[in-house]
Amino acid sequence: MTAETRAAALFLAPALTVILVFFLLPVAAGFVLSLTDFDIYGVADTDNIRFVGFGQYANLARSPVFWQALRNTLVFAIVAGPLTVAVSLGAALLLNAKLAKFKPLFRTIYFAPVVTTLVAVAIVWRYMFHPRFGLLNTVMGWFGIGSIDWLGSPRFALSAIIILAIWKNFGYNMIIFVAGLQSVPEELYEAARIDGAGAWRQFRHITIPMLAPTFVFVGVITAIGYLQLFAEPYVMTPDGGPLNSTLSVVMLMYREGFRWWSMGYAAAIAFVLFVIIMATSLVQLRLRRGAVGS
Amino acid sequence: MRTPALHLLLILLLTSCTRTDDRTHIEFWALGREGEVVVELTREFERRNPDIRVDVQQMPWTAAHEKLLTAFVGDSTPDLALIGNSWIPEFEAIGAVADLTALAAQSSAVDQRDYFAGIWATNLVDEKLYGIPWYVDTRVIFYRTDILRAAGFPEAPKTWSEWVRATAAIRKLGNEYAILLPTNEWTQPIALGLQVDAPLLRQGGRFGAFSEPRFRRAFEFYLDFFRRGDAPVLSNSQVANVYQQFAEGEFAMYITGPWQIGEFRRRLPASMQDKWMTAPLPAPDEKEWPGASLAGGGSLAIFEQSEKKEAAWKLIEFLSGPEQQVRFFELCGDLPARRSAWSDPDLANDRHLAAFRTQLENVKPTPAVPQWEQIATTVFDYAEAAIRGRYTAEGALAVLDAKTDAILEKRRWMLARRDE
Repeated sequence: MTAETRAAALFLAPALTVILVFFLLPVAAGFVLSLTDFDIYGVADTDNIRFVGFGQYANLARSPVFWQALRNTLVFAIVAGPLTVAVSLGAALLLNAKLAKFKPLFRTIYFAPVVTTLVAVAIVWRYMFHPRFGLLNTVMGWFGIGSIDWLGSPRFALSAIIILAIWKNFGYNMIIFVAGLQSVPEELYEAARIDGAGAWRQFRHITIPMLAPTFVFVGVITAIGYLQLFAEPYVMTPDGGPLNSTLSVVMLMYREGFRWWSMGYAAAIAFVLFVIIMATSLVQLRLRRGAVGS
Repeated sequence: MRTPALHLLLILLLTSCTRTDDRTHIEFWALGREGEVVVELTREFERRNPDIRVDVQQMPWTAAHEKLLTAFVGDSTPDLALIGNSWIPEFEAIGAVADLTALAAQSSAVDQRDYFAGIWATNLVDEKLYGIPWYVDTRVIFYRTDILRAAGFPEAPKTWSEWVRATAAIRKLGNEYAILLPTNEWTQPIALGLQVDAPLLRQGGRFGAFSEPRFRRAFEFYLDFFRRGDAPVLSNSQVANVYQQFAEGEFAMYITGPWQIGEFRRRLPASMQDKWMTAPLPAPDEKEWPGASLAGGGSLAIFEQSEKKEAAWKLIEFLSGPEQQVRFFELCGDLPARRSAWSDPDLANDRHLAAFRTQLENVKPTPAVPQWEQIATTVFDYAEAAIRGRYTAEGALAVLDAKTDAILEKRRWMLARRDE
């Protein structure tokens, strides 16, 4: 080992130790746990723990509730993710427009939901979604759309959660987009205007490509966050909603692990989710890297 | 030199905290609102027992179960705790709570005959006693006297058939619904099952017995309320304001527990106060009235690892005394577990409490298996699916049995190993 590599190893050691202790070891421990049937009896006496191999994963695959939770989570991520990004980009463009007045005020208002406690928000939104007194149904009534029991019907409960999540989270992405927009050099737009490009073509051929790195960041962060959906349904529809229509994977994991102490089963759920998130992030990074590269 | 000075200060601070104290300290974990008011009672206990000091730890109900289990794993359980009586089979299974059978048998202060039998039974696992009932909780009907009278029922229904006729008559008056049975509560179908002596589990709690004809009958009876449209398909979290909707007559009957008495008095408008009453649950048959309800409540349990069981038992005896039970009721409204406490005028003359007093003579425990709560939530999962037409009653019960069998798999393995 040369002096140089030794020095490099030394400098890397703290970071690697942290990754080892706080990431790799827990993941490994979680995986080992998922191969057992650790439960309340295991709490009493470790002799009561059986090694079950991939039995917990087989149980998961057989459980309709797990598939429903996975479907709910994926539908949520696929619908709410792009919508959140689109809404944040829209808000960022409005805030960045030259004609906009009171920018700091609007920035604060749009960002407010991100920093508000979800529990307080939930109380207000429960009234918004109320089938009889709710603002949402009242507004829809003006356009002749019949009243919807948002949180009560298995068909609409997840939509209600999606609406809430978009409202709650778009502000964070918006701030990042605003920063991205401000870093686009003004000369590019100027040149485009001289070449006769309209507002749409400027947006399509300058703004979007220049924001590509921002899209990667926002996309990955949003996807990771949304695949771990928990707090929104937990406060709005505590038991996973009508017929488990808003039950997410993390909610199921929490229920199995901390309510029923089926730690082995919960660990298997956690590991499956970990793999899904890992794969999603890698695919996204790869796709976007291709896009940025071209 | 700042550090030595700081150290010195720290040492001074630390030593000043450890006063010499030769009294026996017992650690008592008390939960929720009960935990806030119990200090008033323990102060009196300390006055009477100068050699014992009670350290009361308060914690919210929602966190307590997890904290107790964590404490058990970490060998730091308290000497004594207030626990939900439905937790007892679980805590017994892991060996966390101490057997109190002998202590209770010798005690003059804790007299089994004075306790409601159904409530006492919830503290037994394999005929051994692991908790002393402290307060009780059951379900009765809260109803609108004016609406029922208009429908031709001057009194609340006493039998199942009368109940069905009453809901029909209420709806004939033009009310949209007659009764609120929140779809996310297992208590209603299970209470109805207990009324017809459904065993719920079979072979010593090894398998589910929900397809058994008796439970089937109760389940059909429960579903019929929804099939006829007498009850709205609503979970608790969807009912925006029970009190407002009850006052508007959206439903005239509601099955719920004692804590709602105070809420109804506080939240219903003044004009509504003489228009509501409570009644014990109807029975399948007139002879059996009141129909059985659930035996819920809180119990005091001593932990196996405690080295101060004697002092802890003294505190249990004190808190179980009828006069302390009455005092506890006055402080937080929890219903006493002992019959003698109920003769106190504050309890005996309360018109809304009378139904609870009658009901408590017929409450039944749910099966004493550690997994009961998990099974119970599965019950409402499939009950809700049946209500919404995703399953037939028969299909829902078959799946429910299969689920229950799966939940009890580990228990069967444990029992088989024990019997070897």
